[in-house]
Amino acid sequence: MSRSRNDPEDRRPSDVDLPEAEVARRLHRTWATPRTLKDALSTVDHKIIGRRYIATAFVFLILGGLLALAMRLQLAAPEARIIGPDRYNQIFTMHGTTMMFLFAVPVMEAVGVFLVPLMIGTRNIAFPKLNAFSYWIYLAGGILLWVAFAVDVGPDVGWFAYVPLAGPEFSPGKRADIWAQMITFTEVSALAVSVELVATIFKQRAPGMSLDRIPVFVWAMLVTSFLVIMAMPAIMVASTTLILDRLVGTHFYNPAEGGDALLWQHLFWFFGHPEVYIIFLPAVGMVSTMIPTFSGRPIFGYLALVMALIATGILSFGLWVHHMFTTGLPRLGESFFTASSMSIAVPAGVQIFCWIATLWAGRPQMKAPLLFICGFIFTFVMGGMTGVMVASVPLDSQVHDTYFVVAHFHYVLIGGALFPLVAAIYYWLPKATGRMMSERLGRVVFGLIFVGFHGTFFPMHILGLMGMPRRVYTYQPEMGWGGINLFVSVSALVLAAGFLLFFIDVFRSARSGPLAGPNPWNAPTLEWATSSPPESYNFLRIPVVSSANPLWDDPDGPSVASGLNIDRRELLVTSVVEALPEARESSPTDSIWPLFAALATAILLIASIFTPWAVVWGALPVTLALICWFWPKGEPEDEA
Amino acid sequence: MTAPTRHRPAPPARLFLLAPLVLSNCSGVQSALDTAATAAGHLRLLILSFTLICGVVWLLVMVMLGWALLRRRPAATDAGTQRRLTIAVSVCVAATVVIVGGLTTLSFLATRTLGSGEGEIEVVAVGQQWWWQFLYPAGGFQTVNELHIPVGRTVRIRLESPDVIHSFWVPSLSGKVDMIPGRTNALTLKAERPGLYRGQCAEFCGLQHSHMAFTVIAEDAATYARWMVEQARPARTPDTSHPDTSEAEAGRAVFLVKPCAACHTVRGTRAVGTTGPDLTHVGSRRTIAAGLLDTTRGTLAAWTADPQTLKPGTTMPLVPLTSDELRQVSAYLESLK
Repeated sequence: MSRSRNDPEDRRPSDVDLPEAEVARRLHRTWATPRTLKDALSTVDHKIIGRRYIATAFVFLILGGLLALAMRLQLAAPEARIIGPDRYNQIFTMHGTTMMFLFAVPVMEAVGVFLVPLMIGTRNIAFPKLNAFSYWIYLAGGILLWVAFAVDVGPDVGWFAYVPLAGPEFSPGKRADIWAQMITFTEVSALAVSVELVATIFKQRAPGMSLDRIPVFVWAMLVTSFLVIMAMPAIMVASTTLILDRLVGTHFYNPAEGGDALLWQHLFWFFGHPEVYIIFLPAVGMVSTMIPTFSGRPIFGYLALVMALIATGILSFGLWVHHMFTTGLPRLGESFFTASSMSIAVPAGVQIFCWIATLWAGRPQMKAPLLFICGFIFTFVMGGMTGVMVASVPLDSQVHDTYFVVAHFHYVLIGGALFPLVAAIYYWLPKATGRMMSERLGRVVFGLIFVGFHGTFFPMHILGLMGMPRRVYTYQPEMGWGGINLFVSVSALVLAAGFLLFFIDVFRSARSGPLAGPNPWNAPTLEWATSSPPESYNFLRIPVVSSANPLWDDPDGPSVASGLNIDRRELLVTSVVEALPEARESSPTDSIWPLFAALATAILLIASIFTPWAVVWGALPVTLALICWFWPKGEPEDEA
Repeated sequence: MTAPTRHRPAPPARLFLLAPLVLSNCSGVQSALDTAATAAGHLRLLILSFTLICGVVWLLVMVMLGWALLRRRPAATDAGTQRRLTIAVSVCVAATVVIVGGLTTLSFLATRTLGSGEGEIEVVAVGQQWWWQFLYPAGGFQTVNELHIPVGRTVRIRLESPDVIHSFWVPSLSGKVDMIPGRTNALTLKAERPGLYRGQCAEFCGLQHSHMAFTVIAEDAATYARWMVEQARPARTPDTSHPDTSEAEAGRAVFLVKPCAACHTVRGTRAVGTTGPDLTHVGSRRTIAAGLLDTTRGTLAAWTADPQTLKPGTTMPLVPLTSDELRQVSAYLESLK
């Protein structure tokens, strides 16, 4: 530790004056997760949980992608009868719900769970048991949704579940309840992760990592976490009131009894629009973190980029009405939302110009991640342009709820978030597995995904202008949309082939890729200061940071702090602004109770779809699990 | 159902578009770029100008990206680079602000040209799962899936829904406005040219959202007036003395005895159900089942015989009829001109 400590407590074993091998041995004994089933279920290692999270999210990406292919099969020809309307409505609802709630948001949070502690130089995430709980609850929500779909009670009211269609009168049965309750699962898990990340980023940074030295990705995760914390309550209120309308007979959304159908849309989009940025901000954070590595120079405009992230986060709460431009709201209000929606183009522009400036001033190396980043800029700027178009009230009145909008948001979500995510996988997978992915295959993957993507989604702009509405299971031959739809469907196969090859390469590289070493890209940030894959304790000794690019500015590697206990799990707590060391804080050991608490919570939530009494009786096992979770272990108090 | 295809000379702006071929392809039965009303014409212009401006901006950004990646690099970076980059980025950001401001202003100007104010004629449009009801208060009648309007006059349409949210959209004439239960919205239509303009529900409304279309028929004043008079009359009673119409007469009896009359109204008979579409002049309409089929005796029979196969999930139940009854009912329906 950078300042000496003389209190008598400090006679416990610490890493001071011990040989490295001995420190490593004892840290391993303290932090590692043994390879047994019980330990696998009890682990609180952020890397193991992060890997699980990411892998699970990608499984949902594949499932959601298969649904998309099913839809393209049905839409390839007019009046096709491959999938009926009932199944089709379930499929597009499942596609949207899976991609938004089970893939996009969780995968970004998951990358944060894996990377943030490594990037800021700490040994584990804050509240690691909550982290384990959040994963199990997310998994339970995903399984609930997909099992329901498999037994034909998958939701069929759209991922936005507009009332009254999703209300008790027009959606009898349990389908809409499954959707609403799945929301609860994913929101609980997202909120938990956000709280962990905020605490980790504010209090666990390596000594010296003041606010202006935080990697941009970590800033992005911080802003995202605040967005989650502020946006999720709206959807919680929305889904809970929907469940109450459906199960208990309240009338929040029943116009006949004084309820209001538009209230749902306000609540949903007050969450739904920030949701887009919850997905997008981590992605641009990844881009801002990768571009310096492949340009060989620090990022241009660090402060501007961070301000742009924060500005985007704030503005994202002032845009929700642009999803409701056709509902007949007062003109003045709509004009405000046009202006605010367009203004978000400014922070987006700031980021794009800073990236281009960094590339211009550096010496770009066209490795696979940078290839995907260029594909991202190409695609996302197009999506941004159509975003400006749909922000205009009169223009939106023509393209709203048509395939034009479908094209627009796939450009911003796939182009703006999935391309950076794939780049991030190429970039950080070697850190997680210790092995490199193939550059040669990477180029083929990029070609297939890029061509497949634009072939699939560009023509949808035209379909929209030609009058094709969204969410139709078929269309009539005389509409003249058949040819373009067939082209779109064939292109979707190319896109799918690209992803198939990508997954093949991920598995191939994890088994037999060339060894990566600690820092294969010569990157400047702390996660590359430790081995690949990192040991369970992340860093042998906590690095001390003296610049924003520690691995470039200290050619011999960053200096380190010592003095942490190595026989029990201990972290270094630092101050919020300057990251000055403040305390040593114990970090929880593995525990099975987060799993049981998640199971009990899942049972409560699922049973409450069938009877309100589940909330009462289901609370008992939850309470029991929580009591065991928090039962005092009799460990010595942490030092203040 | 086909609308007359209208080709117009390409305006000069189109020549500069990034994908002129692509956009000029956008004519069609239900295209937002194939317009026949001033309002939709303004929107078309707005879409094209936004596309042009955004396309140029996108192209500039791509040129910058390409230059940044491919430029020839000097051996050493000189000291002024950082300052020059700061200036360049600031200029780009300022340009973004100006462009965004300009587009916002353009959007406001376009909004002002779109009126939802008073009209010379008032019609109430009611969206239902999954068909359209049009009430003409002036004529005291209603029609289904077919909205007649006179050319050159402003028609104010009140938009309502008794069940779920629908959205009223005729791209050639106007942008869309939602029909929300518990609220009343309105929009005005003013067709410049006679013709058929297809519209379709644009808000997901359940199983048959895909088959919820209607036709706007804009016609000259005389034709419109004649149509109003025709529609206001009660249904024709088949002339029993004529052998060709005896089948229709038998069909009328079947219609009134079977469950049909519980849901459908045929004015001038005992059939006064209001759950399903008013069939008083069903034979005069171009399509049945919300744009699904052209109205012929064959399609009327097919629809009556098996609605759930033609339009799975439709609220029209299967009414068991013998083949004779089916033939008679279809003859009757076809006769309701």
